Parts: sequence; C-alpha cells; structure tokens
Amino acid sequence: MATPDHAATAVDLTAALVAAPIPAADWLVILPVLIPMVAGAIGLVTRWRSGLQWHLALGALSLTLVVDVMLLIRVATEGPIVMAMGRWLPPFGISFTADALGATFAVTAAVVALVATFYARDSFNVSERRYGIFPFLLLLMAGVSGAFLTGDLFNLYVWFEVLLISSFGMLVMGSEKAQIDGTIKYAFLNLVATTLFLIAIGLLYGVLGTLNMADIVGAAQRAPSSAPLIAIACLFFFAFAMKAGAFPVNAWLPASYHTPRIVVSALFAGLLTKVGVYALLRVLVMLLPRQADAFSGLVAVIAALTMVLGALGALAQSDFRRMLGYLIISGIGSMLVGVALATEAALTGAIVYAVHSMLTMTALYLIAGVMAARVDGSFDLRRLGGLYGASPLLAGLFLVLGLSVAGLPPFSGFWPKLVLVDASLAAGSRMLAFAILATGFLTTLAVGRVWLYAFWRGGPEGTADGTRTVLGPAGDTAAADRRGTALLLPVLVLAAAIVGLGLWPAPLYDFAGVAARGLIDPTAYIGAVFGGLQ
Amino acid sequence: METALAGLVAAFFATSIYLLLSRHLIRVLIGVAILGNAVNLLLFTSGRLTREVPAFIGLDEMVPAPGVANALPQALILTAIVISFSFFAFLLVLGYRAYQELGTDDTNGMRIAEPRSEPPPPMGY
Amino acid sequence: MRTLIFRTVAPYIASLMLLFSIFVLLRGHNDPGGGFIGGLIGASGLAIYGLACGVATVRRAIRVHPMSIAGIGLILAALAGILSLPAGVPFMTGLWVYPTILGSEAALSTPMLFDIGVYCVVMGAITSIALCLEEYDGD
Repeated sequence: MATPDHAATAVDLTAALVAAPIPAADWLVILPVLIPMVAGAIGLVTRWRSGLQWHLALGALSLTLVVDVMLLIRVATEGPIVMAMGRWLPPFGISFTADALGATFAVTAAVVALVATFYARDSFNVSERRYGIFPFLLLLMAGVSGAFLTGDLFNLYVWFEVLLISSFGMLVMGSEKAQIDGTIKYAFLNLVATTLFLIAIGLLYGVLGTLNMADIVGAAQRAPSSAPLIAIACLFFFAFAMKAGAFPVNAWLPASYHTPRIVVSALFAGLLTKVGVYALLRVLVMLLPRQADAFSGLVAVIAALTMVLGALGALAQSDFRRMLGYLIISGIGSMLVGVALATEAALTGAIVYAVHSMLTMTALYLIAGVMAARVDGSFDLRRLGGLYGASPLLAGLFLVLGLSVAGLPPFSGFWPKLVLVDASLAAGSRMLAFAILATGFLTTLAVGRVWLYAFWRGGPEGTADGTRTVLGPAGDTAAADRRGTALLLPVLVLAAAIVGLGLWPAPLYDFAGVAARGLIDPTAYIGAVFGGLQ
Repeated sequence: METALAGLVAAFFATSIYLLLSRHLIRVLIGVAILGNAVNLLLFTSGRLTREVPAFIGLDEMVPAPGVANALPQALILTAIVISFSFFAFLLVLGYRAYQELGTDDTNGMRIAEPRSEPPPPMGY
Repeated sequence: MRTLIFRTVAPYIASLMLLFSIFVLLRGHNDPGGGFIGGLIGASGLAIYGLACGVATVRRAIRVHPMSIAGIGLILAALAGILSLPAGVPFMTGLWVYPTILGSEAALSTPMLFDIGVYCVVMGAITSIALCLEEYDGD
C-alpha cells in the first residue's frame, strides 16, 4: 500500500495549505456545529436512557449558546473569523466563516432552541423520547448553525439538507394522520426547493468556476452582468424564497406547521424559515448584488404580497396555530423588503426584524401551547375563552407578544418596522411602506381577535360570562396552574428579551448595521478568508 | 458533447416535472428520483466534459496528468447522490406510511391537516 | 419470498456481503470504494437477510438498534475532526500515524476514521429504513 504522506512531501503544497498552527480560539467558528452534532450522536446511541435525553439536549444547547456568544463578541471586536477545514486554503478548501450577520443569527437561533428545549421537558412521553426527538432537535440545531457559519455555497446546501432531514424526523413523530399529511407536503415541497438550490449551485459553478463565497464576490464582480448570472440569481431567489415561505411558494408552511407537537412548531417557526432569509441576504445581497438588482422590482412586489396576504391569511383562520403559520409568512415579507431594497438602512431593518421574528414567533407558539393546555388541548378560537380570569400573567404575556408581532411600541417589532418604512420611503417605494403599515394594521386585528376570544370574554362559546368551568382538563385547578406557570417561564424569558429589545434597541441596531455594511461591502469578509490565514 | 448532454438534462427535467405535477404520490416519488438524476447530470455537465482522462493520479506520479476531468463536480455529484438517495428512501417510507394511514395515494384526498370544509372564524361574540 | 432455498442461502449471502462491505470500506482510501458504498453493501446484506428470515431475526442478530450504529458513526466522524484540536491544526485536517502491527507498517489516519464513521452512519440509517419497509411488508 502506498503511503500518501511520503509521496506528498515531493510536491510543494505550501501555497495551498495553512502553514502556521492556528490559535485554539479559532475553534469557536466550528464549535456551534460540532457541539450539537456530537451531543445528537450521543443521544442517538443512548436513546434507551429516555430520562437522560432532555438533560443532554439542554446541556449541549447551553454550551452552544455560550460558544455562540463568545463568537459574537470576538466577531464584534476583531471582524470576521475564518477556519479553513482540513488546512486547505480557500478557495480550495471549505472555509467556515463567521461574520456579524452569521454570528447574530447563530446566537438568536441558539437562544430560541435553548428556550424551546427548556419548554419541552414534559412535552414528550417516554416512547417519543426513545424515538429520538431530542437527538433530532440537536442535529437540526447543528444544521442551522452550520448554515449560518459556513463560507462555502455547496456546504450551505449540505447544511440545508441536514436540517431538513432532522425536521422531517421531528415533524412526523407521533404518526397521526394529520402529521403524515402535513409532512408529505412539507417534505416534497422542501425537497424541490433544495433541488432548485442545487441546480443554481451547479450552474453558478459552471459560469464562475468557484463555490467559495468570498471568491464568488470577486468573480461575480469581474463577470459581465449578463443573462446567465441573472438567471442563476433568479433561481437562488426562487429556491430560498420557497424555503423562507414567501408568496406564492409558501403552501407547505400553513399545511404542516400546525400538525406536530407545539414545541416542534415553535422551533420550526424560530429557525427554519429564517435560514432561508439568511441565505437570501447572503447570496442575493452579498454574492450577486448587481445580478439581483436586475429583478429587485419583482422582489419588492413579492415582499409586499407576502406581507399582506400572510396577514389576510391569518385573519381567515379559526385555529390559533394555523393563524400563527400565516403570521410567520407575513413576517417573512418584511424581511424581504431588506432584500428588495438592499440599502444599508433596509438591510439593518431586515436583520433586526429577523431577530425579532425568531424570538416572537417561537414565544407565540409556546404561549399557544400553554393556552391550549388550559382549555382541554384545543387551539380552536371558538373553544378558547375566559383565560384572563384564569391567569392574568398569561394574558399579559400574550398581549406583549401580540403587540410585538403587530409592530406596536414599545416592543421589539416596532423599531425594525419603523426603519423599514423609513428605508422604503427613502428608496422611493411608497408601495412597500404602505404594505408594511397595512400589514401592521391587519396583524393587530388578527391578534386582537385572539385576545378578545381567548382572554377577554368570560368563557368559550355557549357558556355564560364569568364561569370558570373551562379550567383544567380534569378539574384539578391547582395542579394545572402550577404546570402552566412552569411552562410560562420560557415564554417569560422570551418576552423579557422582546421588551428589552423594544426599550434598548441601540446595541442590536448598531451591530445589525455592522452586519448590513458587511453585506454591502464584503471587503473585510474577503480579507479574512484570503488574508487572515498566513 | 455539452449540447447533447444539455438536451438530455432538459428531457430529464421535463419528465420529472411532468411526474411531479401528478396527483398520485407514487408518480411524484418517481419524479423526485428522476429530478435528482437530472440535477446530477447538470452538475456533471457544468464541470466541462473531457474525454478519456480520468481524474486519478497514477501510482508513480505526483500530480494529475494534464487535461484531466475536473474532479470537483464529480465530488459534488457524489454528495448530491448520497443526499438524494437518503431523501428518496425517507420519502418512500413516508409515502408508504401515508398510503397505509390515509388509505390513498391521491394528493387530492389528503386533506386531513387542512380540512376542505373549515368553518370561517367567529365574526363576533 | 420466504422459500426454503432463499432462507438457506440468505445467511451466507448476508455474511459474505458484510465481509465484502468491510473490504470495500478499507480499500477505499486509495482505490475505488469507501465508507458510503461499503455501508450500502452492508445494509443491502442485512436487508436480504431480513427479506428471507424476517425483520425480528435481523434486529436480534445486530443486537443494537440500527440508529445506534448511525449514532456511533456520527461520533467517530466527529472524532476524526476533533483530533485536530490537540494537534493544533484546523478542523478535519488529515493526521497520520504509522504503527507496526504484526511486522507490517499500517497507515492509520483520521480520514480512515472518518470513512469508518460514514460507513456506520450509512449502514445504520439505510438498514433502519430498509427494515422499516420490510416490517410494513409483513402485515
């Protein structure tokens, strides 16, 4: 057997390999992927220890959050950090690259996943834990972190598939009829979306001859902005818009998000569509800006339609969970405004909106779970009622989340909407500004109706005002109260973050501004990938 | 050569899209399988086609022979094959499961998650 | 499917395929072969065994759940990358050792460890899906 190592010494590879030993701190770039992945693997092997699973997931995700925050701090102080996998210098090797945008998304995703996992302590019975729900959750998180931190387009595709296959596993768990029905639609349509992504990658490689993101920026600038690259940018937009749930390719989202366990819905709401938004920002704004500019008018129209039709869809639902699915879509429209305008202000608004949306939508699904647990497990608006009397804390939290998702001050949804309206008017697009404001109004109506039905009236349909008969599944009100309060703790944490971001938005704004400037002018990113390794 | 393969890729895509638009899950599944192959062929074509020089380094050589095929698209295809294979396997199980649980492979009949006759939300109270 | 001939031959075929899968896995470093194709061959061996002798027999024969095999594979593959940390090189860098085992030099490396991980992941995941399908076939 030949020994490749001896042979390799004869060829001079020093120009292609990382020469100096790398500082241990650079491992921060890869650890947010590695920790959940290893923990997920350990969880898979020890599935029969069903009591251990939750603790394992909680520990691993806490560690991931700590590492993500350290990464964020380092990115904020030193600029983008790169690790070249396997010592191969980019563009030969895959370079994991953390910049302000990726780090912001990664930290928010870790917060959302940790909070949802904390909520999930009693959500799954023994057989569901043995099925491997927590390992799937951890692998999903590994895929999400990988997507946010990779610096290679094909690697991004691989992470998309990792998170997709884990989400299939989580979605279908339980195997109820509605779940299988929802999973069928989710699985086939998402597969088509990722296949479109792969087609775009293949064509882009054929035209530019590289897949490293930093390398693509330069190659796309040198290439003439001709039909092939514009078509490729269009394909990327189509694929990622489908992943993000933009109109008109969002049929999979309302068809599936209300079918699994509520905590799974909450995770999906916080993580999955935002990966699509992140990819849109990364590819259309940073990699192919001139090409995306050719169809930015179309993106603007799609953004407006997504917002307004999402909010209208929410108004037409009588099931609280399905209504939330439409609210996710409506929020995606606001983020698309940033992609359409691609100015610094609009991108800053879109990034802040993404952070706000991840926190708020997860919290809304979780609070929906708490509300349904109070009323015999139903999410139907007709069967909810009298919850204000049962738990004023629950009512107050819902009001915070509802006003935040509608974009009213002083909560986290207000500032990004304000910035986006401002940026739309500055860019001369009154249509977008009007759409954002109209969406805010429609969302307020939809959320207000839930408030009226679930909290404000005395009891569900058919009961007299002021009766408390609906409380508790089996009459044990005290136990139900205790359980409900324990479940409210994660929602409380998220609501605190939402209020905090609403009252002190400046730090997030400044950092999102750094991320937006990094997207428009990726010199620092490219410098870190190609210069920072010697 | 590229033109011929481009035509083949187009035929693959046309077939798979036709099948994907079917109402029957089993046809959609076959469409997914063909779609994966169409993409693989597309990746292969995008890496320039060269004849008869495989992307291997001989035992007594240090660098590949001049004019070898681009190895990267082949590596990409390998990854894509692995992924599309595992997805197809999962979708097969899912489709079969759906057929057992829902008793149909007609997507028009799959309206459990989104019932057709959903009453409108309450208009007042 | 459960004819006498098939049932008699299947264990031999399955064991031969498992052996062959390991051969393909180990030969994969310098020649055509590798973890993915080896894992597929191994999984099809188990699938054939399951077709002939029933899913329960296979589950008993491999002792652990197939998804646990996949989990072990994932750990091995991650380990192949993590070994770069003490070596002070970037993630996933190939590291080689040449110990002398039974008088001949063996080239052991992290790419090989990674490949063994891939083998286990593919073997576990595909076996689990195949057994799942065969189980439905039974009823």
